[in-house]
Amino acid sequence: MLGVVDPLDLARWQFGIVTVYHFLFVPVTIGLSAIVAGYETAWVRTGNQHWLRLTKFFGKLFLINFAIGVATGIVQEFQFGMNWSDYSRFVGDIFGAPLAVEGLLAFFLESTFLGLWIFGWDRLSPKLHAACIWLVHLGTLFSAYFILAANSWMQHPVGYTYNPKTGRAELHDFFAVLFNKVQLVTFPHVVTAAYMTAGAFVAGIAFWRFARAEGEARETFRRGVRTGAAVMLVAGIGVAISGDTAGKIMTEVQPMKMAAAEGLYDSRTSAPFSVLTVGSLNGHHHKAIIEIPGLLSFLGTGSFHGKIEGINQLRAEYKSTYGKDPGAKYYSPGDYTPIIPVTYWTFRFMIGVGLLAAGIGLLLLLTTRRSRAPTSPWLVRGAIVLPFLPIAANAFGWLFTEMGRQPWAVFGVMTTAQGVSPSVGAGLVATSLIAYILIYAVLIVIEVRLMLASVKADLPPDPGPPGEDVDDPDRPLAFAY
Amino acid sequence: MELTTVWFALIAVLWIGYFTLEGFDFGVGMLLPILARNDRERRVMINTIGPVWDGNEVWLLVAGGATFAAFPEWYATLFSGFYLPLLLILLALIVRGVAFEYRAKGHRDEWRTRWDAAIVVASFIPSLLWGVAFANILRGVPIDAHKEYVGGFFNLLNPYAIVGGLTTLLLFLTHGALYISLKTDGEIRVRARALALKVGLAAAGVAVVFLTWTQAMTGDAGSAVFFVLAAAALVGGLGAVLRRREGWAFTGTFAALALAVAGLFWALFPDVMPTSLSDGVGLTTSNASATHYTLTIMTVVAVIFTPVVLCYQAWTYWVFRQRIAVHHIPAEPAEPVEAPTA
Repeated sequence: MLGVVDPLDLARWQFGIVTVYHFLFVPVTIGLSAIVAGYETAWVRTGNQHWLRLTKFFGKLFLINFAIGVATGIVQEFQFGMNWSDYSRFVGDIFGAPLAVEGLLAFFLESTFLGLWIFGWDRLSPKLHAACIWLVHLGTLFSAYFILAANSWMQHPVGYTYNPKTGRAELHDFFAVLFNKVQLVTFPHVVTAAYMTAGAFVAGIAFWRFARAEGEARETFRRGVRTGAAVMLVAGIGVAISGDTAGKIMTEVQPMKMAAAEGLYDSRTSAPFSVLTVGSLNGHHHKAIIEIPGLLSFLGTGSFHGKIEGINQLRAEYKSTYGKDPGAKYYSPGDYTPIIPVTYWTFRFMIGVGLLAAGIGLLLLLTTRRSRAPTSPWLVRGAIVLPFLPIAANAFGWLFTEMGRQPWAVFGVMTTAQGVSPSVGAGLVATSLIAYILIYAVLIVIEVRLMLASVKADLPPDPGPPGEDVDDPDRPLAFAY
Repeated sequence: MELTTVWFALIAVLWIGYFTLEGFDFGVGMLLPILARNDRERRVMINTIGPVWDGNEVWLLVAGGATFAAFPEWYATLFSGFYLPLLLILLALIVRGVAFEYRAKGHRDEWRTRWDAAIVVASFIPSLLWGVAFANILRGVPIDAHKEYVGGFFNLLNPYAIVGGLTTLLLFLTHGALYISLKTDGEIRVRARALALKVGLAAAGVAVVFLTWTQAMTGDAGSAVFFVLAAAALVGGLGAVLRRREGWAFTGTFAALALAVAGLFWALFPDVMPTSLSDGVGLTTSNASATHYTLTIMTVVAVIFTPVVLCYQAWTYWVFRQRIAVHHIPAEPAEPVEAPTA
């Protein structure tokens, strides 16, 4: 059976599955480390128990999420060599450096200071303890920066030359890679999206508790809703601005991706943006139901009358630049064109789901101005859905930007098909793909159950004033597994 | 010195960091059902490595990243070639990565028993397979003229490699038992010391076979010095166990692992992945390396940040220097949650 399956297909599915799965947890880790650090700092500065309760409540959820994020991140470090060895050989001189630097600067920082934060409640002064979680957050930002620099290089390769003698791409300007113009807009976009994701996570969960809490806990969770929703909305503005800039840069460096985002087959000025479409999106039989005139031109160029190049013209242009069709089997209807329904819909879902989340967040913020219990069950339902929305929008965003670059792995330089490991057959990839799917399926069930149990659990009792036993070496640990 | 040599040495340092540090937390994981008699004692063991195991594992990730950056061909050939063993290691590390945290989040016996089993298996697999992998790198594997691995999975299961796997397995067990004897108090400390001596003798026997075999196969005077020193450190460490000097005993296995890995890399140099085929192309520090420019950038980064990392990791061990005994473990994890049903 495996004889008819192309190992390339399996390797691509595997990369997509393990990477999107990993990224379900990454933005929560980035954003929630900052929010928890903010709560703990507020507690250290004011001594207000509400902030300590929120630190512990969301800290616990943060750790459950962090564990699975780290565990699924290990695969990321190794899968380039395992499944994409020709890619690794070709780009290792450039792509490997940010990965190595990420490990040295970010992973050590995150893991070491998280260990100190988890177990250090009674070993470190409150200020030092709060500093640990800030350093974890700094580690997540370093990590995001370097891995996005690597990805931005794939979107828009800079600072390298092709060496025909060694047959590979070689780095000649590391700073061009670090400050790639795509990177300068991708990093803020991803990080603000992470803050938005964590804000929605906090606001949704806190609102659910707020709606059923009594007394002190009610006030604690009200603060949770308001801080979470505020972070989410401010970050949401950042997501919109950076996303808008990213769209313009993308139109410049990968015009095909913008054309594919709309399914725009022929170049035109004042290009409209369709909200809903029926049909196959093949350029002949699709029909926009709701269309906003000029919006695509505005997204791509900043002017409602700007010119957006169409798929047909770009395809002809790419063919004359890059030569023959790189492998049409994936790319209906032709060569050098991503799969249009995928790019079309993921682009819309990314924006639509993000906007929906922002709307719910705004409602939650408005209804918690006073400590009254919310009366509408719809608000509670909205709060339950809220944490999942930005997580889904992140996944759609990555699917869009990665699928929209296809058939290229490195835009204009190396196709995805050229990068796959020649020595790894379909049987091996199928084995690993099945193994990852099984193990990830079990893990997500466990993770969600643990999250739900922690969301429902009582707030921890407030610690009393420090007793006389602080120096007693036999006192129980403040935190133990 | 050539930058390629510097990076070969730095990658050796990263693997030394990985084996000496994660080695003991693998050992602790495997010894969970052997040294502990009840859940409290198992929690004592887990809490000795709780704050540090994740930082230990990062040495592996950085070793992988550094290999990618400094020797892309080595990274590509090794990881695609040793696909199945690496997959097994990754699956184990994924499970292990959530096991300590998730185990503590449920109270039912069944829940904990399952995570305990997961921790044991997920610590055992990499402990065995890292030795197998390194032995195969030293021995040489079939790599063709295009630098592609052309052997299968069973090529990797030769007697020399299995001895290599048993060596890392037994050394990590000894190292873990000594860590427990150093970091706990009470009965479990005594048990750990006794077990360390027994497993340590077996480890010493297998390690001598493996290192002698390696020396005969590919060694020179330099590697011989490392191997002899490694053996001396291990024997010295076991002697310290007899005198109940746990700190020195742990230092002994720590040094033995470090010296043995250093000797293996010394014996490998200047190859990084020799071929066993007459018409194949083996990988060396020069034909597998990145450009001089990339190595220069990486060297600057490593020189600045490695000492910083070493400082704060060392500080963590200082913060958590206290021995843990059964009475330190709270009745339940600090923040109980409802037991999930799974």
